[in-house]
Amino acid sequence: MFWYRSYKSLGNLNVMPNLLRTVQLALKSLMLHKLRSGLTMLGIVFGVFSVIAMLAIGEGASQQAQQQVLQLGATNIIVRSVKPPRETASQQNADSFVLRYGLKRADYDLLSKTIPTVIQAVPIRELVKACRFLHREMNCRIVGCTPEYVDMNHLSLAQGRFISDKDRREKTNVCVLASGTADELFQYEDPLGQSVKVADRRYTVVGVTRSREASAAIGGSLSGQDFNQDIYIPLETMRVRMGDLDIDRRQGSFSAEEVQLNQITLRISDIDRVMSTADVIRESLAHNHKGSKDYSVVVPQELLKQAEQIRTIFNVVLGSIAAISLVVGGIGIMNIMLATVTERTREIGIRRALGAKQRDITLQFLTETIVLSGSGGLIGVLLGLSTPTVFQLLKTLAEQFFFESGGASDFSQMFKDLVPQVVPSSLPLAFGISVGIGILFGLYPARSAARLDPIEALRHE
Amino acid sequence: MSFAAQVVNIEKDYMLGTVPVRALRGVSIDFPHGDFVAIMGSSGSGKSTLLNLLGALDRPTRGKYLIGDRDVSQMTDDELSEIRNERIGFIFQSYNLIPQYTVLENIEVPLHYRTGYPRIGKDEQSRIMHLADLVGLGDRMDHRPFQLSGGQQQRVAIARALVNDPKIILADEPTGNLDSKTEEEIMGTLLKLNKEGRTIIMVTHETQVARLAKRQIYMKDGVIAGEGLFPG
Ligand SMILES: Nc1ncnc2c1ncn2[C@@H]1O[C@H](COP(=O)(O)OP(=O)(O)O)[C@@H](O)[C@H]1O
Ligand SMILES: [Mg+2]
Repeated sequence: MFWYRSYKSLGNLNVMPNLLRTVQLALKSLMLHKLRSGLTMLGIVFGVFSVIAMLAIGEGASQQAQQQVLQLGATNIIVRSVKPPRETASQQNADSFVLRYGLKRADYDLLSKTIPTVIQAVPIRELVKACRFLHREMNCRIVGCTPEYVDMNHLSLAQGRFISDKDRREKTNVCVLASGTADELFQYEDPLGQSVKVADRRYTVVGVTRSREASAAIGGSLSGQDFNQDIYIPLETMRVRMGDLDIDRRQGSFSAEEVQLNQITLRISDIDRVMSTADVIRESLAHNHKGSKDYSVVVPQELLKQAEQIRTIFNVVLGSIAAISLVVGGIGIMNIMLATVTERTREIGIRRALGAKQRDITLQFLTETIVLSGSGGLIGVLLGLSTPTVFQLLKTLAEQFFFESGGASDFSQMFKDLVPQVVPSSLPLAFGISVGIGILFGLYPARSAARLDPIEALRHE
Repeated sequence: MSFAAQVVNIEKDYMLGTVPVRALRGVSIDFPHGDFVAIMGSSGSGKSTLLNLLGALDRPTRGKYLIGDRDVSQMTDDELSEIRNERIGFIFQSYNLIPQYTVLENIEVPLHYRTGYPRIGKDEQSRIMHLADLVGLGDRMDHRPFQLSGGQQQRVAIARALVNDPKIILADEPTGNLDSKTEEEIMGTLLKLNKEGRTIIMVTHETQVARLAKRQIYMKDGVIAGEGLFPG
């Protein structure tokens, strides 16, 4: 009721011609107590800053996720071999030096043939090996793959061609170099037609890919891939020449791993069926692997859910900070304005004697409150624009204290990669909130000022 | 005959707890246009109460108060504000300037409360300059009240009272806080305003000040006890 009457008494506002002057004079009264006004604004400053930061972090998380989903393919499901932890591994392979784990060719057959929504399945095998051309040598990631690999990873060719179906059938000794590999091994020579030596075998270079940005890591399940240090050869050639066994004799120790496939990328027919297909894939693989967790299933679309989680967490944390700051800030402003009204009772009496109506007084003190909270809002907006910088700073600090041990969970990884994106519309929104707080908490003091009896107010010492 | 202002048998009661205090007990005076009245009387006799009613700061408990042909005793709070803004200029004993404002801004205040809130434009600005020159403060426009002497502050208050060109000037002991030389200056200004045709009603304790008015009214216990100059 009180509020209603207050707003109504402000009706018929026609002070626009002198509004600028009104604001100017309000500033003047506030400047009378600079420190007090400054401290009063702090709550609003933090509140507004929190609102903008909250939305910026949420936006950053979802943009990050969307970008990753786009990179990995929204209709893709990626199944990767994962080396099991030592204890379980030694139990399983107690009788052997060779560690066998990961995806089998049987898995590939199962997934590509028995699930109707899977329209394409691209298997790959990866090994890191030394590669040579003449006297130059480097460690490359050897990727045994199929022709579809190019499109799936958004690669394009700078020179020559990629692996073909014919290469697969005939198990030819050809290779395609990534741009980084080509630059390092060949420098100024033309690599096409030359041969690169990998594990004592020669492979003829038939193409070179353009360089491409590394893909982002997704938690522990899928590490980032730098596509620029690769050599691509036909999957079948790789199987015949290198086998499934990878023996590492470095430092005198002997360890061997047997992995048939490192990754199978599955394309699903319809974006709406990705999630349900993922369930089927998980079930089929669990059955095939008898509960051993030597693989992981990464569904890019699920990243969106993760981003949503991050968004929710920050919404709760920063939303609470914002709400508390704004309410506390508002109460602070109300408190100061009540004190101001008492201090300036005589001024109110003078104005009334000179012809000020009740609503003029209400409007004057309301203007002062709005100028106060609006200034706080403006500072908060400026701070809000620096959210990415502030976030980066906090992240650096947090990394030193919390993430030292390196055990990057999916969540902390996502947090690390997060870059807040200030949402443009959040700036006027947050500023509007600060003005709203000014009105809400300024109305009561302003009304009590307006209701003073003119004669009493004039007599006030 | 038309009057600048006319009070007809007005009474004012204040409630002091449950006991009514009868500050005015039936006062009738006519103020012709261009009148200059000094109201005198002992402390507590009801002078300020009468002046506040004349200034439309309050409504009488009973009786009529006419400004022009309008009855102030029946007006709403907003209408009282309009009357104060348009018809009346106040001068107080303690100057009552707004401390954080400059001379210019203080003189400007009544312009902010004009009916319909018209723009404060070139005309108004030159009027302010003219008034400041009239009271001899044209070169002090950006001074703040604390930088001025009492006499200078009172002259700012006079300029402020005049900015809306009111017909009636009300002054409650305007020279009460001033030395005799400054008192003469202020009274000179008031006499000049009276010659221009403005009606001036002034409360004062001092006979030499009251003597300058056209007529003197004595109050006692909330009624008019007599009229005329009673020296001593
Ligand atoms: N607001 C008020 N409440 C109660 N009594 C008041 C009030 N204002 C004035 N009075 C009383 O009314 C009488 C007249 O006061 P006032 O007009 O101020 O006298 P003067 O100005 O002549 O000294 C005094 O008795 C005073 O105590
Ligand atoms: Mg008095």
